[in-house]
Amino acid sequence: MSNSEETIPIKDEYDIVAARSAGKTISSKCGFGLVDQTRISTAISELARNILVYAVTGTVYIREVDATGKHGIEVVAEDHGPGIVNLDLAMTDGHTTGGGLGAGLPGTKRLMDEFEIVTAVGEGTTVTVRKWV
Amino acid sequence: MQGAYEKIPVLKIGDFLITSIQVALHDRLALGLQDDILAKIQETNAKGLIIDVTAIDVLDSFITRVLVEIAKMANIMGVKTVLVGMQPAIAITLVEFGMELTGIQTALNLEKGLELIEKIVREEQE
Repeated sequence: MSNSEETIPIKDEYDIVAARSAGKTISSKCGFGLVDQTRISTAISELARNILVYAVTGTVYIREVDATGKHGIEVVAEDHGPGIVNLDLAMTDGHTTGGGLGAGLPGTKRLMDEFEIVTAVGEGTTVTVRKWV
Repeated sequence: MQGAYEKIPVLKIGDFLITSIQVALHDRLALGLQDDILAKIQETNAKGLIIDVTAIDVLDSFITRVLVEIAKMANIMGVKTVLVGMQPAIAITLVEFGMELTGIQTALNLEKGLELIEKIVREEQE
């Protein structure tokens, strides 16, 4: 059985729903239980929303991944928006510049097993998260 | 346009308004529900509001904020809100993520929610 993979362009709020429902489908196929499926879909929803709020457009890639002795899901949220000026602050609970709850990035990190962020001002942001079954 | 005709019904039963979210909530639908509930409160003089989220499988920070704001706005209009039917997986995710349902009373299911809202409204009147 080949690994599932989906690419969801993010350009309006309906794409957030599409991204989280793709997350649900792929995480279920990966073998995650209901609670993990919910954690993953919520993380995807937050990452997709960040794209929409801060960068307007971008792409969410969701795929099943295999590493040594483990199987899981990887989500990459990529945009070519303004980038994050103060990453430490963006990773702090309660801080927001987008009118949200300010829990987006730190909260997303808590829901997943691995979290990487690469951002450059004026170039964009790529967030990669993974969770293992 | 996608979603143009979507609407979540808000029903009146006695002194209470009940709404059950049975579809995947996108932002516009959530904000539309907020407007509909507030209009219905004014129209009906309802005393309590129950929001049933049994069918919701993902609550992100935006939708959570809209639900909290609906409860706050309803409260300003004199109406108490009880959220019912939260799935265990969502409760776990909300707490781990750090989202708080500040100012919203919750109950396990619709039946318990009705008992709670009746009690809250009764105590308010005493």
